[in-house]
Amino acid sequence: MHTTNRKSLALAASLAAILTVAGCHKKTHVPPPPPAPTEAATTPTATISAAPDTVTAGETSVLTWSTTNATDVSIEGLGGVAPSGTQSVRPTQTTVYHLIARGDGGSADATATVTVGGAAAPPPSNASESNIDENAFEAAVKPVFFDYDSYDVRPDAQAAIQAAANFLNQHPGIKVVIGGYCDERGSTEYNLALGENRANAAKQALVTAGVGPDRLRTVSYGKEKGFCTDHSEACWQQNRRAQFTLDQ
Amino acid sequence: MILSLPKKIDAVRILLLTTLIASSATLHGQDWVRTGTNLGIEKIRIAAADFKASSADPQTGPMKSAFDQTLYNDLRYAGIFDVVSKSMIPNTTPGSPQEINLANWSAAPSSAAMVAFGALQVSGGRVTVQGFLYDTKNTQNPQVLGKQYADNASMENTRQIAHRFADEIIERLGGIAGIAETKIYYVSQKSGNKEIWVMDYDGMNERQLTHLGTVSLSPRVSPDNSRVAFSSLGKNGWSIRVYSMELGRMIAFPAWGDTTLSPAWSSDGTKLAFSSARTGDPEIYTCDSSGNGEKRVTAFRGPDVSPVWNPKTNSQIAWVSGRTKLPQIYIMDSDGANVSRMTDGGYASAPSWAPNGQFLTFAWNRSYGPGAPGGEDIYIMDIASKRWTQLTHDAGMNDAPSWSPDGRHIVFQREMGGHSEIWMMLADGTNQQQLTHGGGNTMPNWSWK
Repeated sequence: MHTTNRKSLALAASLAAILTVAGCHKKTHVPPPPPAPTEAATTPTATISAAPDTVTAGETSVLTWSTTNATDVSIEGLGGVAPSGTQSVRPTQTTVYHLIARGDGGSADATATVTVGGAAAPPPSNASESNIDENAFEAAVKPVFFDYDSYDVRPDAQAAIQAAANFLNQHPGIKVVIGGYCDERGSTEYNLALGENRANAAKQALVTAGVGPDRLRTVSYGKEKGFCTDHSEACWQQNRRAQFTLDQ
Repeated sequence: MILSLPKKIDAVRILLLTTLIASSATLHGQDWVRTGTNLGIEKIRIAAADFKASSADPQTGPMKSAFDQTLYNDLRYAGIFDVVSKSMIPNTTPGSPQEINLANWSAAPSSAAMVAFGALQVSGGRVTVQGFLYDTKNTQNPQVLGKQYADNASMENTRQIAHRFADEIIERLGGIAGIAETKIYYVSQKSGNKEIWVMDYDGMNERQLTHLGTVSLSPRVSPDNSRVAFSSLGKNGWSIRVYSMELGRMIAFPAWGDTTLSPAWSSDGTKLAFSSARTGDPEIYTCDSSGNGEKRVTAFRGPDVSPVWNPKTNSQIAWVSGRTKLPQIYIMDSDGANVSRMTDGGYASAPSWAPNGQFLTFAWNRSYGPGAPGGEDIYIMDIASKRWTQLTHDAGMNDAPSWSPDGRHIVFQREMGGHSEIWMMLADGTNQQQLTHGGGNTMPNWSWK
């Protein structure tokens, strides 16, 4: 009996040891409990304001925020944002924008309230990425410019393509129209074909950067809808572009 | 003068000789254009008498004036006549063969070989015209034509009667049908948007056809004048749309999306060629007249657009390709074989194929490039030899030429001072005439008859 009991105890002990070892293997990746804040990890700070802070439904208010010592900054309802920045919002009812900044030194938050007055506000919409504000889109997704009579994406456009792709990959719900534009010189019909090639070159660059092709639609505007009308190289360069807009 | 200044004889002779050589070289250089475009070398001297107003209806005067002006312009625009100036014709209005004295017309300063004359009456809401064409040298049997026309009395109908009489004269003396009754389809911004319009070949009788409120371009009328195909910008990009002249409204046509541009009818009306970017790269396709059975014809990286059929055979297509960067004119068989580049550089676009199959006309900027001032002009090219001649010079940016059905004329757009208008000229570049005045008018397409 004694012997049997001892053997059982030994088995139990070794099982426990195995389990403990296995458990320890997982725990090696868990950081140690956060130490008390020191000079090495300063507490983040966060401020946010809205201007104007009172609007009528559908009007635009601009949020301006800044943070320090933060590695992860978000605004509730708007998702992840840059450490400092501005963004236009069009609340349909009084909304509290809650800025949260997290960093190694802890977290901080701040709020700004946009009061919606005036006309009766329509029922609140469910915030979703398809309603994302155009200004945020335009801030992140910049046009791509082309050389004269060319539809090759220039090396200096790669940064814009990458930034656009990052934004689109972060917002998988939105779809984009890529407009191809040309300067005023030359044939109307040829410029429509060239504009299509430009739009498609920008589309291919985004697809290469990981954006699904089914989210991207191309339209050529040729020289029909230029962004400026001067007869100068500066204006022509402005008009030789692929322009990204939300596909609504 | 030369004899009275003996010391200058040599200099004058040399100058004359040089001028003769230069002008004969010019004439010789133009011969292939003039003969190839039915313009001929010699022009028939013709006079158009003011018609006799032979009714008391108050509409008679204005209608007679419209008739006289239209007939005179039609003969002047025809390209095969030396039309006697109104200031040199006898001051008479012979209304009938009994009232004309041919010797007055054949004598200087009129010196006319042919004279058109007649009478116009308005009564009971009808306008009636008797028109005659007489050969002034044939005293025995001078009548070449004698016609009577009648229609409801209106300025418009009166002008159309003048066009019909002019076309009779032109066909009889020039050997092929005239163009006085043809139409020009074009794009106008007069309504605020680029819509498809139509006017008589002389710029009169402008009418808006489409009211789509977007951007509509590249109108091409079918050979039977029943439909106009064009490209139009919709929510899903450019597609071919079709307007029925018979029904006076848009009719169904497949909307492929994918930036579908620049439709072109074959001369038998059974096929269309167009550009489509369904692969992501604009290529030339063909389909039947209802938009079915499309076939891809080109496959090369770069823009391919602005196809036009050889109207003589419908077995070849000319188009614009950017496969070597700046756009050039190419021709190929309609199945894509035997591609041949026609232009040797610069920026060439907007080809139109002559009715006899022999020539192309197109817009060309031979020194196009970044920083180049850019002179865009209309050229014609003899396809077999690739010899070309420049038709417009130092007058704005010229684009979108389209042949007339008689092969003698070309209609085109000219932009000067930021305003684009439609012009026509003879196919040798002479007799340039502005047809539209204001509103932004582009991309003319001459009807087939």
